Amino acid sequence: MECKLNMTDDTLTAELDGEIDHHTAKNVREQIDLEIDTQTPKTLILDFSDITFMDSSGIGLIMGRYKKIKSIGGKVKIKNPSPNTYRVLKLAGMDRLAKIEREE
Amino acid sequence: MKTINKFKMQLCAKSTNESFARASVGAFIAQLDPTIEEISDIKTAVSEAVTNCIVHAYKEQNGDIYITVKIFENNKVKIIIRDKGCGIVDIKKAMEPLYTTGGSERAGLGFAVMESFTDKLRVISKVGKGTTVTLFKEIKSK
Ligand SMILES: Nc1ncnc2c1ncn2[C@@H]1O[C@H](COP(=O)(O)OP(=O)(O)O)[C@@H](O)[C@H]1O
Ligand SMILES: [Mg+2]
Repeated sequence: MECKLNMTDDTLTAELDGEIDHHTAKNVREQIDLEIDTQTPKTLILDFSDITFMDSSGIGLIMGRYKKIKSIGGKVKIKNPSPNTYRVLKLAGMDRLAKIEREE
Repeated sequence: MKTINKFKMQLCAKSTNESFARASVGAFIAQLDPTIEEISDIKTAVSEAVTNCIVHAYKEQNGDIYITVKIFENNKVKIIIRDKGCGIVDIKKAMEPLYTTGGSERAGLGFAVMESFTDKLRVISKVGKGTTVTLFKEIKSK
């Protein structure tokens, strides 16, 4: 899985690409955490446009970043999850913790 | 029920194999002409069960995972995922949403996902012997 990070103003955007599972989550987690620690963003946008698969390890990944960002007073947004990823997000109640933006 | 087709594999409990395991099962099921959603449901459930073998049963150490997929008449699929790892002390508790022994990066939702994305889930476990997870799903014809 690929993760492209981009910081503009107070917003850190992580463009994710590929499949999120327990194997791929680790590396992405470390990349995003390092950026949060050094840049202290107010908003973290997780762009799921190019995510083709996610299981509950992805929920662990999002929840961990949610807690980290929340502890410095920020928030998380999830952009463009696929219908299947959205069902996993819903099951986990992520829609109650983060804004989920869905487009075509 | 009559078995129409069967697929068996044994693979190392390595996290790199998570994607291979779910993709293989998905590819085998493809002969039933499932919808994208049905394939995705099965891959997600398989990914959860396989990840549990790697993370919990074998605690990221060496071990083997055994997967059997059976296709029955009427487009019914049975997927058996077995490990010879540590086993589960209290299955009922383990299956509760949000329950995890895996630390802060685990959501505790693997069984909840398996339950919601299949028709039926069966878990058998023996401490010190291992765990068998069986997933049932009917592929509705398009
Ligand atoms: N194959 C297994 N062997 C041993 N323990 C398991 C196995 N599968 C699940 N468990 C136990 O059940 C708990 C819940 O599993 P799950 O719902 O997948 O959540 P998670 O993997 O996020 O912990 C695990 O934390 C673990 O304690
Ligand atoms: Mg799990």
